[in-house]
Amino acid sequence: MSEPFLIGQDMTGGYSKGGPDILHNCTISVDRGEIAVIVGPNGAGKSTAMKAVFGMLDLREGSVTLDGQDITALSPQDRVVQGMGFVPQTSNIFPSLTVEENLEMGAFIRSDDFSDTMAQIYELFPILKDKRQQAAGELSGGQRQQVAVGRALMTQPKVLMLDEPTAGVSPIVMDELFDRIIEVARTGIPILMVEQNARQALEIADKGYVLVQGANAHTGTGKELLANPDVRRSFLGG
Amino acid sequence: MDLLNAAVALANFVLIPATAYGAQLALGALGVTLIYGILRFSNFAHGDTMAFGAMVTVLVTWLFQSLGISFGPLPTALLALPFGILGCVALVLLTDRAVYRFYRAQKAKPVILVIVSMGVMFIMNGLTRFIIGPDDQRFADGERFIISVREFKQMTGLSEGLAIKTTQGITLITALVVVAALFWFLNRTRTGKSMRAYSDNEDLALLSGINPERVVMITWIIVATLATVAGVLYGLDKTFKPFVYFQLLLPIFAAAIVGGLGNPLGAIAGGFVIAFSEVTVTYAWKKVLVHALPEPLEPDSLVQLLSTDYKFAVSFVILLIVLIFKPTGLFKGQSV
Repeated sequence: MSEPFLIGQDMTGGYSKGGPDILHNCTISVDRGEIAVIVGPNGAGKSTAMKAVFGMLDLREGSVTLDGQDITALSPQDRVVQGMGFVPQTSNIFPSLTVEENLEMGAFIRSDDFSDTMAQIYELFPILKDKRQQAAGELSGGQRQQVAVGRALMTQPKVLMLDEPTAGVSPIVMDELFDRIIEVARTGIPILMVEQNARQALEIADKGYVLVQGANAHTGTGKELLANPDVRRSFLGG
Repeated sequence: MDLLNAAVALANFVLIPATAYGAQLALGALGVTLIYGILRFSNFAHGDTMAFGAMVTVLVTWLFQSLGISFGPLPTALLALPFGILGCVALVLLTDRAVYRFYRAQKAKPVILVIVSMGVMFIMNGLTRFIIGPDDQRFADGERFIISVREFKQMTGLSEGLAIKTTQGITLITALVVVAALFWFLNRTRTGKSMRAYSDNEDLALLSGINPERVVMITWIIVATLATVAGVLYGLDKTFKPFVYFQLLLPIFAAAIVGGLGNPLGAIAGGFVIAFSEVTVTYAWKKVLVHALPEPLEPDSLVQLLSTDYKFAVSFVILLIVLIFKPTGLFKGQSV
């Protein structure tokens, strides 16, 4: 088997060099055309694992490889340039800028003409096109998340990472967001996602990681994990 | 009772001076609000930045005057203004490099930066006084009035006169041009948008590849420009005296906070709110009221609510009221 497109291998480390380790030998990967989901109980280090892949952690051990290239030493900003798109869980938009300006800022590192990309994003998220002159901070929670994802897509990333994209939105909006995420995945961009709503997330996932206390507890396809009695008992609610 | 004369007196003593003063405050408050929005601290050195820029302009104006260069009916200071701006930009960029950059690298808290800016204030203050001295300096020349009281009376035959000083006209036009250019820059250019993005969400701006050092540099350049323009306009309209700029800090901060810190539109509105309050509260209304009211109601006293010595109290009171009832200012700004 060839190496996955993006892989954080055996990651061990915490938020500061001298501080305690949060991740222990944790491995997360996503392949081309896949949706990979990280789930787990509260405080399991799901977001931390994703941040480690994105370079926001001091790793003591382990490595991160993107498209065969070792990027362990790169800063988050440099990883964006290398083709990683990251949507943080909170403060992931520019609230006083309009929707369109948010997208423009997403494309800040691009010096070429990005109007095509913007048109694609408006196609993916039609509501954003209607509201493109409105300040992003005035939009609803679900719409803001679409702005956030759209902003990250403006760099035409090779991989998209979402940190709890459905946090704090209603169940109906959540379903819609998942549909949108599937559509983004269909355009060929691999997606790595952290989710609280484990059941729904695993349903759309090609690959799932269950983390417990900063370590891999279970790994498998979404369906396998949903069927796994251990996983069900521990946090899917039976 | 003579409403027309009352209106003319009102315009002459309240509306026109307050509008010019408001424009000067607005330009000052814009600088304060930009620093707050992007560098995230209250810049106490802003008044003295204005003084320094104005001082360079005054010196260059004198040079031009001695060389016989003039700007016709307009003040020579307008020709010297670009040099003043350059001097001021050089000073603030130097200050940023020598002082603020160090604290930025430490991720110092805003309150520390405020204290740092006070230190910078004392140094700039000393620098200005060392070079030009603490006294009043006159540098206005050219035509004094657009319309003088005598001309106005001859034109209209009214008993009340109306004067519009050249400096007041220049203040308004310059402020309009500068503000329009600033808003165009912030809303239409890529760099301007990246500044607003940085002000909105610093972390996300970094993730988007916006270079913070560049944003900070451009902010300082704009702030120095605004400060110099505001300082020169104020100096032309009144006189240039280093200490007065330090005193202006209070109404300028009041304007920025009243409008909503970090919000450029708010800074402009705040500037005019403060200016109009200050002028109306400290103006002796007798003249206007004598014209406006029927004879039995005409006042005997000056009808001056507050002596002009206390004009800074007005800023304080407005500041207090706003902070109690609307801490984020009239426009949506950041709370202090």
